[in-house]
Amino acid sequence: MIVYWQIFVAFFIPGILGYGGGPASIPLVENEVVHRYNWMSVQEFSEVLALGNALPGPIATKMAGYIGYEQGGILGAAVGVFATVAPSLIIMIVLLGLLYKFKDSPKVKRMTLYVRPVIAILLGIMAWRFFQESYIDIGIWQLILIAGSSFLLIERMKVHPAIVIGIALGYGALFLG
Amino acid sequence: MKHWHLFIAFFRVGMLGYGGGPASIPLIHKEVVDKYKWMEDDEFGDILALANTLPGPIATKLAGYIGHRVMGVFGMLNAVLATIFPTIVLMIILLSTLSSIRDVGWVQGMTAAVVPVVGVMLATLTWQFFDKSRKGMGWTPAIIMVVVVFVLLSVLNIHPGIIIAILLAAAVLKKDRNEETRKEGERA
Repeated sequence: MIVYWQIFVAFFIPGILGYGGGPASIPLVENEVVHRYNWMSVQEFSEVLALGNALPGPIATKMAGYIGYEQGGILGAAVGVFATVAPSLIIMIVLLGLLYKFKDSPKVKRMTLYVRPVIAILLGIMAWRFFQESYIDIGIWQLILIAGSSFLLIERMKVHPAIVIGIALGYGALFLG
Repeated sequence: MKHWHLFIAFFRVGMLGYGGGPASIPLIHKEVVDKYKWMEDDEFGDILALANTLPGPIATKLAGYIGHRVMGVFGMLNAVLATIFPTIVLMIILLSTLSSIRDVGWVQGMTAAVVPVVGVMLATLTWQFFDKSRKGMGWTPAIIMVVVVFVLLSVLNIHPGIIIAILLAAAVLKKDRNEETRKEGERA
């Protein structure tokens, strides 16, 4: 029983303290999992993280799911994921419920207006980081080739991104592995 | 039917978002705003802003809230599970069958090829949000705001959550004047 409580606490704390999305909470997860509960060594943790980063989907829940499973089986995985996801999601639903109720008030309309440029910048910085990471990883020519063709396919030819990502996955498995 | 759409939309998001939860933002936008039209750009922007201000993973907050908005509590569970379940299973299977992470060179090759695609989608979304700001407040204020926010975020390293929280507070506390309504009229 105690192990489920520990799994809950180990993932509840990063979930409630990690600002900036899942990736920002990874050092906090490491602190709980490696240094507080000694469930794995730093080396093991970084191996798990490396595979987690290579797979699709949110990183925080993949870590919580896998580490929870290692410590407490299926139920452990469920507890870890719940502790990661639920607290911030509940706050989000309550706050946005309020906002939605007053969506026609000028104050809420002004919120939308004020916040938009910040979102633009955040997305822009994220895009830049992705290009930078890719440049280091696969070099400028591969980057230009893949980015250029996906821009043409998604924006000009209106191909669904799922198909473009599918093509990229195939290309990567064959030529970048 | 809507449950099926929610599931398939967020399943795609979960399986195609390489680079952690934030990388799935443009994919969620594509599904929710462009494909299924569950909400408009503005509302999506508000949700994204609030998700950035609150702690915890971004992708599950977006999935959970959007699922809840479309189909209530079961919609929420559906969307969150569709986002996270497949990749957790994948992770557990791979880690318990492979002896070393080095065996998965081709998996890392796949990821490396998707990163630029996500970059392009993020850049496009950036432009869309800037374009909306420009239409909402005009060229000059939009550019000034973008520059100021950029300096605060990147040069002074202020957390985006703090900036968003301050702007939200300013929007609420500002008095509604007639001038505001006149501006609204000009925009329309």
